[in-house]
Amino acid sequence: MSDLNFIEMSAVEIAAGVRSGEFSAVEVVTAHLDQIDKHEGDVRSFVTQMGERALDGAKAVDERRSRGEELGALAGVPVALKDNMAYRGVETTCSSKILKGWIPPYTATVIERLEAAGAIAIGKTNLDEFAMGSSTENSAFFSTRNPIDLNRVPGGSSGGSAASVAARFAPIAIGSDTGGSIRQPASLCGVVGVKPTYGLVSRYGLIAFASSLDQIGPFARSVDDASLVLDVISGHDGRDSTSLAERSYSHQPIDNDVKGLRVGVITEMLDGLSSDVENALNLAIDALRALGAQVEEVSVPAAKFGLTAYYLIAPAEASSNLARFDGVRYGVRVEGKDMNETYELTRGQGFGPEVKRRIMLGTYALSAGYYDALYGKAQKVRTLIANDFDNAYDRFDVLISATSPTVAFEFNAKSDPLSMYMSDVCTIPSNLAGHPAMSVPFAGGEGGLPIGIQVLAPSFGEGVMFKVASALEAAANYKAIPEWDNKGK
Amino acid sequence: MSLEDKYLITVGLEVHTELRTKTKLFCGCANEFGAEPNTNICPVCLGLPGSLPVVNRRAVEYAMRIGTALNCEIKHSVFHRKNYFYPDMPKDYQVTQYDEPTCVNGYVELPITGKIVNIVRAHIEEDTGKSTHIGTSGRITGADYSLVDYNRSGIPLVEIVSAPDMVSGEEAREYVSELRSILVATGATDGKMEEGSLRVDANVSVRPVGTEVLGTRCEIKNLNSLRSLVRAITYEARRQMEIVEEGGKVIQETRHWNEDLGKTSSLRSKEEAYDYRYFPEPDLSPLDPTAEEVEAIKAGLGTLPPKRRAILVELLDGTPTKSEIEQIQTAINFGLDELVLAGIDRKIPAKLSLARCANEVAGLISNLGDSYILPNEKILEVLAKESAGELTPTQSKVVLSRVVADGDVEVTALISELGFVAASSGEMDQLVEEIIAESPSEWERFVSGEDQLAGFFVGKAMKKSGGKANGKLVSKSLNDRRSQLQG
Amino acid sequence: MSNDDISIETTRHIAYLARLALDEGEVNQYAGQLSAILKHADDIASLDLDGVAPMRHTLNVVNIMRDDEVRPSLDREEVLASAPDAQASMFLVPKIVGEE
Ligand SMILES: [Zn+2]
Repeated sequence: MSDLNFIEMSAVEIAAGVRSGEFSAVEVVTAHLDQIDKHEGDVRSFVTQMGERALDGAKAVDERRSRGEELGALAGVPVALKDNMAYRGVETTCSSKILKGWIPPYTATVIERLEAAGAIAIGKTNLDEFAMGSSTENSAFFSTRNPIDLNRVPGGSSGGSAASVAARFAPIAIGSDTGGSIRQPASLCGVVGVKPTYGLVSRYGLIAFASSLDQIGPFARSVDDASLVLDVISGHDGRDSTSLAERSYSHQPIDNDVKGLRVGVITEMLDGLSSDVENALNLAIDALRALGAQVEEVSVPAAKFGLTAYYLIAPAEASSNLARFDGVRYGVRVEGKDMNETYELTRGQGFGPEVKRRIMLGTYALSAGYYDALYGKAQKVRTLIANDFDNAYDRFDVLISATSPTVAFEFNAKSDPLSMYMSDVCTIPSNLAGHPAMSVPFAGGEGGLPIGIQVLAPSFGEGVMFKVASALEAAANYKAIPEWDNKGK
Repeated sequence: MSLEDKYLITVGLEVHTELRTKTKLFCGCANEFGAEPNTNICPVCLGLPGSLPVVNRRAVEYAMRIGTALNCEIKHSVFHRKNYFYPDMPKDYQVTQYDEPTCVNGYVELPITGKIVNIVRAHIEEDTGKSTHIGTSGRITGADYSLVDYNRSGIPLVEIVSAPDMVSGEEAREYVSELRSILVATGATDGKMEEGSLRVDANVSVRPVGTEVLGTRCEIKNLNSLRSLVRAITYEARRQMEIVEEGGKVIQETRHWNEDLGKTSSLRSKEEAYDYRYFPEPDLSPLDPTAEEVEAIKAGLGTLPPKRRAILVELLDGTPTKSEIEQIQTAINFGLDELVLAGIDRKIPAKLSLARCANEVAGLISNLGDSYILPNEKILEVLAKESAGELTPTQSKVVLSRVVADGDVEVTALISELGFVAASSGEMDQLVEEIIAESPSEWERFVSGEDQLAGFFVGKAMKKSGGKANGKLVSKSLNDRRSQLQG
Repeated sequence: MSNDDISIETTRHIAYLARLALDEGEVNQYAGQLSAILKHADDIASLDLDGVAPMRHTLNVVNIMRDDEVRPSLDREEVLASAPDAQASMFLVPKIVGEE
């Protein structure tokens, strides 16, 4: 056994070592499974662990190498998968009671691509039920804890994925982002999280929350790793009509020279930040200026209506997307005296309170008599937001803001749905516009808790987005340390 | 005064036609009828979580063909979701088109009356799966449980919505019959009502004569044949008239036609909330055919039934009888009008070839597979012989049935094998002389002008010759002899 | 705009449309919460959006289609293994129309 510290390695380093034969995929996976054994009891990031399957996968990678076969960009790299992506033969639940026991007969495109690149799935991670929430407290099974401070939430909805990377259970993870569900937990757990341009990554196999907003993206502990994973998972998929042909992202060594780049600070996202977050944002602005970027405030006026538009559009689409969970073809059924009662009981008992709330809201927003005033109007607001972003990008290469208005909060701190919805105020506009955005850890705030800076770019602007994020990463020299490794602080 | 005289009936039809694509509308599962249950299913048509639809290019092309054939405008179109819960609809929403359908504003001209029925729209949508209701009655009401097969789920449909332009069950029948001819001619669908690939829902209302405002309508489902369509509309209209006549109010509802009982009945036992919450399907892109694509569709359609009918009507001297119009419809439905036209070049009268095509050949082809190729040349050879008097009508029908069933047979060889070789003129003379000699008094009466006795002699000749005599030639010979006597 | 509170009756109707069995407590709670959330939506009610096209999608693409080619179907037994109830290779569901 090698004495290398695999769990602190980046995906790039692991893949290089496995490809060169410096160490084996089995060693890498074993080290991560050991870390899971040690700390998963505290963190609870996984709904389903895939230890044995992962070891088999690692052996297969090592055998391929011994046969002299070409290994992929993620050879032997453990990856944690949000449990809202179909994986053939592995229970897939969306952290909902209604899907308990469902074994998909097919696999999501993103997972196929990761495995084709040699990545090893080590588990399905916890989420807010059907990705609806910002703390992972809405999981029907259990809450995930933030590895940096186990008394706090990891954020959500991809809280399990963010926590698994922060806890060194895997160097990379996959999440989905409908209104901030990758970026906000990345910020709260002190890792990098990317929501790519809508249409860049196939949604086939991602259990839909809001189809026009959902996008799959990576978590990693470095910008470089996130860029590599995006390269692997992006690109056209004939099974997803919204996956763009002739568009994909190519990973390259990131040149983080931001000299002369025009960086806009979104005025509308400055309100309501906690003081530590505000400080961190100011430090980030200073750092970029010091590196030669031109940083100015810019107004994206319609962004302030983002939250409202989002909370009409996303529930409306969700109310339709979640209709299929009806106890007929898969999942749990609660039998009633006839079909209608069976639907009502199955769905009434199978869904948790937040999911039901959003289905109710969305059903209302689409129903006769309210469509134009609610859903129709929200779609027009979406046009305004996109137009205002376009105007901003006429003058700026990228925009920045805080990712989350606060650091990680304590469990049960936000019992009022509206205050929880506010967690996503900075992240939602990018989903409405379809633009890429990411969170990069930048500083420690209150109690040493991580604070992420959000970098936003126009559609297919991932290149410049990673460049700025990489500059911030280098300037920050900040690393979030799990609570158990940080006892002496 | 009967009720039917006091009220006007208004009928609008929604016709669903399955498209003859190889695969379903949004996935690559086979579009086939009669497969083992749940064998043509995949994540998409089963509505599995995470699956996504991708539109079948050929289905869109077929829909545009149908729209063009129905004189519609082909427009930019958007798919919507129609949300409601039903076990045979796997996503609990149906992907369909709503306020921006592919085809709008067309019309169909009815063949017999020449009436124009307007087409409001023709849109693309996905079919549902199929439920079998298990229980003592076998019907949906009173079933103990149901079994669902999703093979049909996602099969592409075009729904053709007419304006409420029809005034009777008969007119509705004429419309559907003509519509079916056109649909089949486009190649987009097989039009088989018995297999459910053509399904009709009828919206029926009545109003007192002399009033303008349409009455409350009911929608009738489960009309599986043209016969059911006429019966159901007639029944439903009468039911509504009786309600109004007694001072009652017709309730807007969906009703189910029961063919055995000959009645419609209310389909939903409790008040159902109709709120489909349509919204644009975010998983699909809009369709936006270019002007060139629309032109290409038009150019590829060929001659359609209305034009083809006009050509045949002209061949029948422009005044076809009602039964000839029906023959024309049948011939066109089976693509046999080309045969009639080809016959003209060989001096085969249109009336003869049309009758044989519609009454004999069409009936025979229905039993043959779709890929069967008719031996057109040989059929024409038979018809030419019949028209020249070398075959009797009875013989011609027998020969036709053999030729259609087996295109490889030699017509002349078959005729001699069947013993249908026409008698020589010597034999014919001898035969006619014999029958005259056997019935001198009848012959007297025939000569003195009782024409109807020709039939008597032809019958005798047939009997005597064992069916081989040609009736036409026998009567010609009788007439010739009579004119010689009179001359 | 709907700045009126959502009634208990409307809440029940919406729950029926969405096929969610809710108990009395849930009906009351959702009526209140939905009203509060929609009150928040009043900020867009006053916007003059005439002439603004609704954004149906962030992608500006049309005619995304596939060829009409048959692909393999799923294994029936694997699919039926996930079904809550099945019979004769079909999905078994309770009677569709209730008692009158
Ligand atoms: Zn399918």
